[in-house]
Amino acid sequence: MNAVYKTEDNPLFQYVLGLGDDALVLGQRWCEWLSKGPNLELDIASSNLALDLLGQAELFLGYAAELEGSGRSADDLAYLRDAHDFRNHWLVEQPNDDWGVTIARMAMFSLYHYHRLEGLTRSNDKFLSDVATKALKEVAYHRRFASEWTIRLGQGTKESHGRVQKGFNDLWRFVPELFETIDAEQKLADDGAIVASGDLRFAWEHDLDQVLEQASLVKPEGTGRLIGSRHNGHHSEHLGLLLCELQYLQRAYPTSAGAHW
Amino acid sequence: MMVMADKPEDNSAGNTVVTRPEDALASSEEAVLWSALSGVMDPEVPALSIIDLGIVRAVRVSAPRVEGKGGVAEIDVTPTYTGCPATALINEIIMAASVSVGFGKTKINLVLSPAWTTDWISTEAREKLRAYGIAPPSTGAPVGKATLFGALPVVTCPQCGSQNTEQVSEFGATACKAMYRCKSCFEPFEYFKCI
Repeated sequence: MNAVYKTEDNPLFQYVLGLGDDALVLGQRWCEWLSKGPNLELDIASSNLALDLLGQAELFLGYAAELEGSGRSADDLAYLRDAHDFRNHWLVEQPNDDWGVTIARMAMFSLYHYHRLEGLTRSNDKFLSDVATKALKEVAYHRRFASEWTIRLGQGTKESHGRVQKGFNDLWRFVPELFETIDAEQKLADDGAIVASGDLRFAWEHDLDQVLEQASLVKPEGTGRLIGSRHNGHHSEHLGLLLCELQYLQRAYPTSAGAHW
Repeated sequence: MMVMADKPEDNSAGNTVVTRPEDALASSEEAVLWSALSGVMDPEVPALSIIDLGIVRAVRVSAPRVEGKGGVAEIDVTPTYTGCPATALINEIIMAASVSVGFGKTKINLVLSPAWTTDWISTEAREKLRAYGIAPPSTGAPVGKATLFGALPVVTCPQCGSQNTEQVSEFGATACKAMYRCKSCFEPFEYFKCI
């Protein structure tokens, strides 16, 4: 049984875990599009987006494992934790539903991820700034892809416009969590190791407003209220179902060395 | 002695200058290793060696070979894309090449900084890519159609040299390529994405 971390335990470990878990969970969501993409090019795009995110997850989780210092590996963290030990945002664990929802989510997340990584390139933690510098190049590509598709769907047919608008409307309740800054995180930011989530909001809104305007989409009204906090191990039911698929092989064949190939 | 592959200089004119490892002042043992590595081709873009691609950052020989064997070496390798699925295979074939020339104990280090960009691909290697039918990554500032977050590059058809080309898909068969079509000769082709 894994430990359930308290918010004050090893804050840098938990922050890096959050970076890795966001990438891992969203990467898994993109994997779900394989063989089901709207067309061949987008099927390929899905696998490429998934690969970039899984690559980032491997680096961040590897570093998290090192910071944890219990001898676990990136694979252990990915495959042998339960939902309450995951620190990803609720936004990334939501089901794909359709291409409109998937694109709305990717636009919201890529704009966020871009600014977060951009801030981390200035981290005084050498490993974080190295990984962020590397990943930023990939996420710039994701940001353009998701923004262009948001515009294409928004400016497309009545059907495509309605679907992508519904995506933003349905997912908007997960926005406040993106900018939640708990005390432990603020402390890390004050020390120069990370960028506080709350400080990303202005840049994120500025970019998103541009995309929505060009796409003729309406920015949803938000309550500004948090539904639950990843920092306490709270998640929607969808994460458990996602992990069932992601972790099946390792859980089904729990050899001492773990399943490997 | 440690020999680094020099980072290409930023050059707004679009010409990148890369110091080829073979030209560097390596010890004879390290030169043997560089030479062996220059024969290791990228499994997904077999027109280029891993040296052409610029992913080998440094080689260090801590114990020379005796009668062609028993050498100890370390090789620093940087990934192109973080999730590139060829990374593990590339590490294996680098290891095999090193062991085959007598460095029985070879260690491969993953280095992330400075991050790899397409500017690490040498001018000569760009020509090899073009000859192979893949449009090389553009250099310098992108001057094509402006998009919300940056401009799309002008991509030259590797078959007929026309710049009248269009992007078919932002993603291709591997993480590093996009798909294009030439509107002059009608040939589809791959473009090595510029990152």
